[in-house]
Amino acid sequence: MSGGHSEYNPSNGFTKWLDARLPLPRFVYDSFIAYPVPRNLNGWYTFGAILAIMLIVQIITGVVLAMHYVASTAGAFNSVEFIMRDVNYGWLMRRLHANGASMFFFAVYIHIFRGMYYGSYKNPREVLWILGVLIFLLMMATAFMGYVLPWGQMSFWGATVITGFFSAIPLVGTTIQEWLLGGFAVGNPTLNRFFSLHYLLPFMIVGVVALHVWALHVTGQTNPTGVEVKNMKKETVPFTPYATIKDFLGLSLFFIVFAWFVFYLPDYMGHPDNYIRANSLKTPAHIVPEWYFLPFYAILRAITFNISIPFTDIVLINSKLGGVLAMVGSIAILFVLPWLDTSKVRSASYRPLYKQFFWVFVVVSVLLGWLGSKPADGGYVIAAQILTAYYFAHFLIILPWLGWYEKPKQVPPSIADAVLKKKSTAAQPAE
Amino acid sequence: MSAKSKSEPTRRDFLYIATGTMGAVGAAAVMWPPIRLMSPDASTLALSSIEVDVSSIEPGQAITVKWRGKPVFIRNRTDKEVEEAGAVAIDELKDKEARNQNLGAGPATAVNRSAGEGKENWIVMIGNCTHLGCIPVGLSGDFGGWFCPCHGSHYDTAGRIRKGPAPENLLIPPFEFISDETLKIG
Ligand code: HEM
Ligand code: FES
Repeated sequence: MSGGHSEYNPSNGFTKWLDARLPLPRFVYDSFIAYPVPRNLNGWYTFGAILAIMLIVQIITGVVLAMHYVASTAGAFNSVEFIMRDVNYGWLMRRLHANGASMFFFAVYIHIFRGMYYGSYKNPREVLWILGVLIFLLMMATAFMGYVLPWGQMSFWGATVITGFFSAIPLVGTTIQEWLLGGFAVGNPTLNRFFSLHYLLPFMIVGVVALHVWALHVTGQTNPTGVEVKNMKKETVPFTPYATIKDFLGLSLFFIVFAWFVFYLPDYMGHPDNYIRANSLKTPAHIVPEWYFLPFYAILRAITFNISIPFTDIVLINSKLGGVLAMVGSIAILFVLPWLDTSKVRSASYRPLYKQFFWVFVVVSVLLGWLGSKPADGGYVIAAQILTAYYFAHFLIILPWLGWYEKPKQVPPSIADAVLKKKSTAAQPAE
Repeated sequence: MSAKSKSEPTRRDFLYIATGTMGAVGAAAVMWPPIRLMSPDASTLALSSIEVDVSSIEPGQAITVKWRGKPVFIRNRTDKEVEEAGAVAIDELKDKEARNQNLGAGPATAVNRSAGEGKENWIVMIGNCTHLGCIPVGLSGDFGGWFCPCHGSHYDTAGRIRKGPAPENLLIPPFEFISDETLKIG
């Protein structure tokens, strides 16, 4: 939609001079001021901007925390308490950083579900979507390693369990695990390298975000109708002031919730066990990851059975490898989503059946998260197994099947038509 | 150009391939030190064996010691526990291997899992769940042995996996009794 042409007109001598040498102002103008956005974007579209700001919040608070943090098994736990008590505004920076991670994930989940609802991953936005999934993966790695840094009981045992995934790899698993840990168990070398990588990865995220935004500006945004912009003049508005102001409103509301947690419920999303110093000889009675990992954790724990060749004892995939594969698969499957959804219609607004399955999927994901926080026994495991099966069926069976089975509603010929006749279209039955 | 590449390889082709190969080998060689740097270092590897005084562990008692940063369970089992372990048919087990580094391969019989003939009451195992490494809790679970709270793995009194996601019996490290009182691990 950027269309390749630029509307930037350098106004004075200096900007003209610079434009001929490094057209940075032109780039900013074209990307964030004149950039045309569909005029019918709703509030769900503000989460992209919220995510960008949250990344900046994490980097700024993180860099100042790192000035006082000590990355050693002897010093880490105390240094975090020291930050909380003695460092000027240390309590604020740490609480912004810890709760910021939660808010960041909350925003990314809304952003991903938004993409699923409006079919944002469909042709021609597959690369844009894949870059998004990559950012999500990097965020998970970053947050996991960050959570190890305060060196509490959950830090230590979370790190043990997650690096244990690698020991599931046949033959070379243990070697890889010991290489990652730098020892036979989680210890000082592990903590040090996690700090190093926790510092590095956010900047890699910045890089992938740049590619993500670049890809976005090549294809343009989707919009709630799923119809591409046909008439630039009639159907788009310039990014500034329209989108900037709207994003600012979304961000303000989001920050109210963020501030509520930081100032009134600062430990609500954390876990009390993480205020106990790491002890390699005692596992907490109930290990749970941070809430944003819970659905994947439930999928991991759902695979309690070996998969064998029928009627023999030959185990093809043991329960441990099976759990890790299911968990990795549940994220990896997002990469191929653009090719699993076979429907040509983009937006769920015009897909009556998909709309229902979408909401079922949202509920299943939330329930999986709830199960991930429960102990792994009895009915909880069975429920997690059923929901895990459904999670995969949604992508592998329901989406491909819906593409040919479902009869979509009449898609409006253009955004302009849809916006003007909004009421009457909504009332029309499917044809 | 394309017509030419279909004909006999030239000296230039050879030079390109040789240079490219050398470049790839060189790049791999340069990457090796930073990759190796992440492996366990000499001080970590040096912690290879420890000696433990077990004289004060009465039947029914257990201690946990730290070996290579990992917990090791040393349990003096009661006769009842040993009997229970012996009464289980190998076919009922999820993992039929002894997983005893002192034996090599062998079935997970009660004797093979213990400190051996005459010392069947002793069991020495690495205390990390074979699932993802949590430390199972002793004297609990459905089989009276160990229970791992992380994802619900139940081990019996011989440390064999009976239920839950863990794939293998608790691993038995290399160890020997250097006297009746002293156990050497590693
Ligand atoms: C993608 C962005 C980031 C995410 C999602 C993230 C996430 C986290 C999380 C979840 C924690 C544990 C908080 C706690 O419970 O105390 C943490 C700690 C920490 N992070 Fe980050 N982080 C990010 C960026 C950064 C950056 C750029 C730095 C710069 C060096 C940094 C430095 C630290 C430090 C020093 C700690 C330990 C102090 C503490 O626990 O509060 N982080 N991070
Ligand atoms: S680590 Fe023990 S059951 Fe998962």
